[in-house]
Amino acid sequence: MSKIEIRGIYKLFGDDPEKHLEQAKAGMSKEQMLADNGHTIGLRDISLSIEAGSIFVIMGLSGSGKSTLIRHFNRLIEPTAGEILVDGQNVMELGTRDLETFRQQTMSMVFQRFGLLPHHSVLDNAAYGLKIQGKGRKEREEKATHWLEQVGLAGFEQQFPHQLSGGMQQRVGLARALATDAEILLMDEAFSALDPLIRREMQDQLLALQAKLNKTIVFITHDLDEALRLGNRIAILKDGELVQEGTPEDILLHPANDYVQSFLQDVNRGKVLTASHALSRGSLTLTTRTQPAKALQLLQDKARDYAPVLDGKALRGVITVASVQKAQADGARDIANYLDDVTSVPADTGLDEVLGHMLREQQPLAVTGENGEFVGWLSRSKVSELVSPTPEESQ
Amino acid sequence: MSDNFPQVFDARGMRHSIDQFVEGLVTNYADVLETISAPFLHMLVWIEQLLRTAPWWSVVIAVGVIAWLASRRILMALGMALMLCVVGLLGLWDQGMQTLALMIMSTAISVIIGIPVGIMMSRFSWLRRIMLPVLDVMQTMPGFVYLIPVVMLFGLGKIPAIIATVIYAVPPLIRLTDLGIRLVDQDVLEASRAFGANPRQQLFGVQLPLALPNIMAGINQTTMMALSMVVIASMIGARGLGQEVLLGINRLEVGRGLLAGTAIVVLAIIFDRITQAYGKRQTAGGNS
Repeated sequence: MSKIEIRGIYKLFGDDPEKHLEQAKAGMSKEQMLADNGHTIGLRDISLSIEAGSIFVIMGLSGSGKSTLIRHFNRLIEPTAGEILVDGQNVMELGTRDLETFRQQTMSMVFQRFGLLPHHSVLDNAAYGLKIQGKGRKEREEKATHWLEQVGLAGFEQQFPHQLSGGMQQRVGLARALATDAEILLMDEAFSALDPLIRREMQDQLLALQAKLNKTIVFITHDLDEALRLGNRIAILKDGELVQEGTPEDILLHPANDYVQSFLQDVNRGKVLTASHALSRGSLTLTTRTQPAKALQLLQDKARDYAPVLDGKALRGVITVASVQKAQADGARDIANYLDDVTSVPADTGLDEVLGHMLREQQPLAVTGENGEFVGWLSRSKVSELVSPTPEESQ
Repeated sequence: MSDNFPQVFDARGMRHSIDQFVEGLVTNYADVLETISAPFLHMLVWIEQLLRTAPWWSVVIAVGVIAWLASRRILMALGMALMLCVVGLLGLWDQGMQTLALMIMSTAISVIIGIPVGIMMSRFSWLRRIMLPVLDVMQTMPGFVYLIPVVMLFGLGKIPAIIATVIYAVPPLIRLTDLGIRLVDQDVLEASRAFGANPRQQLFGVQLPLALPNIMAGINQTTMMALSMVVIASMIGARGLGQEVLLGINRLEVGRGLLAGTAIVVLAIIFDRITQAYGKRQTAGGNS
C-alpha cells in the first residue's frame, strides 16, 4: 500500500469552481474555460501514488501547478474534486481540529522562501513545530538542538534568521521540519532560492539524511537536474496536467512527448544513466577451467576476438583468441594462466565517469555487479548514444 | 441673500428632530451612562492622584526606566527623564501630571478598543468595508460636534474629555493594526498553518508579533492625536496643560499660553520617542 495516494484531483480557481467542474472533467481547455467563465484550471485529474521511504519529485515550470499540488497534500489548498489518502486515511474527511493534528504530526513542510519567524531565534524557529504540538520547553529545545546539529548549524542557536545566509536559513527550515518527527516531508522548491553551489551541498545533505531517516519526501522543483539527482520517481506537470510519471531512467530514456524531450536537452545525462544502461548483450563467458580447444571453438562460433573469464561468478580477466591459441600450442590443461587483466567498472557508475575510463583505456571495459560478478561488456556505441543522443534517434 | 438651492427635504426640521432624539437620550439614559462610566472615572482619578501625589523624582525615574526598557539605551533614558524635568521647571508639574493621567487613560482605552477592532477588520472584509468610512468620519468630523452630545450625556468633566479624545485618537491605531496584520509575510503565515497552528496560535504567534512595528506606529499616532486634543478637552472641564492654554487665550496672556504649549510639546516628544523606540526595536528582531 502506498504511503500517499491522490486520486483524480481537480482544482479550479474562480468564484464558483463546483459549477464548472463538469466542464473541466469533460476536457474543456484552459483557455476556453478562462474565456467562457473566468475560471482557471489549476490542476486537472492528477493521480499519483507515492511509496513510503521514497523521494518523489514533482517537476514543472512556473505555472504548471506544482506548488498548488503540493499544498493539496496537507490541504493548505482545498481541491475542487478528488481524494487524498495518507496511510489509507482520507485526508479530505478530516475536521478542522483533526486536520491541525494531522499537519502537526504526519506531514511537515519546507518552503522556497524559508518562512522562518523573524522575531524568534534559530533555536525557537527549529522548535516551532514542537511548540505547536504543545511540547514542553525542555523537550523542544533538546530536539531542536539535536536537529540543528544534524543539519550543520550547531553554535547558531541564538542567532536570528536575518543574521544567516540563505543556505543557512533553509537549513533552519529543514531542521524545523525534521524536528516534528513527521513521516512525510513536503519540500516546495526548497533549494530553488539558493545559489548553485549551496544548492548542490543541500541536495547532498538531504540525500545523506534520507539514507539515515528513510522519510517519505515529496520534492517540488523546476530543475530537472535536481529532479534526476534526488528523485526515486519523478512526475512532470504541465499546465496543471500530469505529463509523465516514472523513474529518472524512464524519463530520460523514454520521454512521453516533445515537452518532456525539450526538458531533457540541457540535462547532464551522464549523471543519471549508469554503466548498466550501456551493456552490450549476448555475452559469451568462459571459466578458468575451460579447455583451450573448447574456448577457441566457442570464440570462433560466436565470432569474437576475446571473452571474459570467470571464476565462479567473479571476473578474473579476459582472454583473447591469440592467447587461447598460445595455450593450445603449449598444451595447457585450461586457460587460467593465459589471461590478460581487464578493467572493470561497477554497474551503478555514472556514464560521465565511465566516459573517462573509456577514453583512457583502449581495452574493453567490463561491468561488474554489486558483488563483483560479471554483468556484461560496456558498449562504446551505446554510451555515446546515451550521453549525446542524435536528434533523429530521439524522435 | 436668497438661498435658491432646491429644498428636497426639510433640513431645519431634521435638526429639530436630532435635538429631540439627543434630549430623549439624556433624559432616559444619562443615569445609566454615568453608572457605566463610573469605573473609568475612578481609574482616571486614581492614576491622576498617583502621579500628582508621588514625589516628582519618582515619576522622572519611572519615565527614565520605561524609556530604557523600550529602547535599551541609557542616553535615551536620561534624555527622556530630563525632558520631563523641563515640565517641572516651567512651573507646570501639577498640570503636566493631570494631562499625563488623561493621556495614559485615553491611550489605554484606545489600545483596548483599537487593536481588537483592527484584528477583526483584517479578518473580515465586510467589517473592513463598513469600518473604513466610519473611521474617516471619526477623523474628519470636527471635535466640537460630538463634544456637545457627549457633554449633555455625561456632564462636564473628565469622562467626556476621555471619550472625545478616544474618538479622535483611536482611528490611526485601528487602521495600522488592520494594515499591519494584512501586511504580514504570507510565507511565514503559511508555514505556521502547515505546521498545524490553530487560528489563535497564528494570531498570537505570527500575525501580532510581525505586525507589532505597525501597531506601535499606530499607538504612537494615537498618543500624538490624543495630546492634540487636550486643549479642546479642557473646554469641557478637563484640567491640566490644556486649561492653561485656554486661560492664556481667554486672558490674552501670551506667556502663559506659550509655556503650557511648550510643556505639551515636551510630553508629546516623550511619548513619541518611547513608542517609536519600542517599535523600532521590534522591527530589528531584537532579543524579545
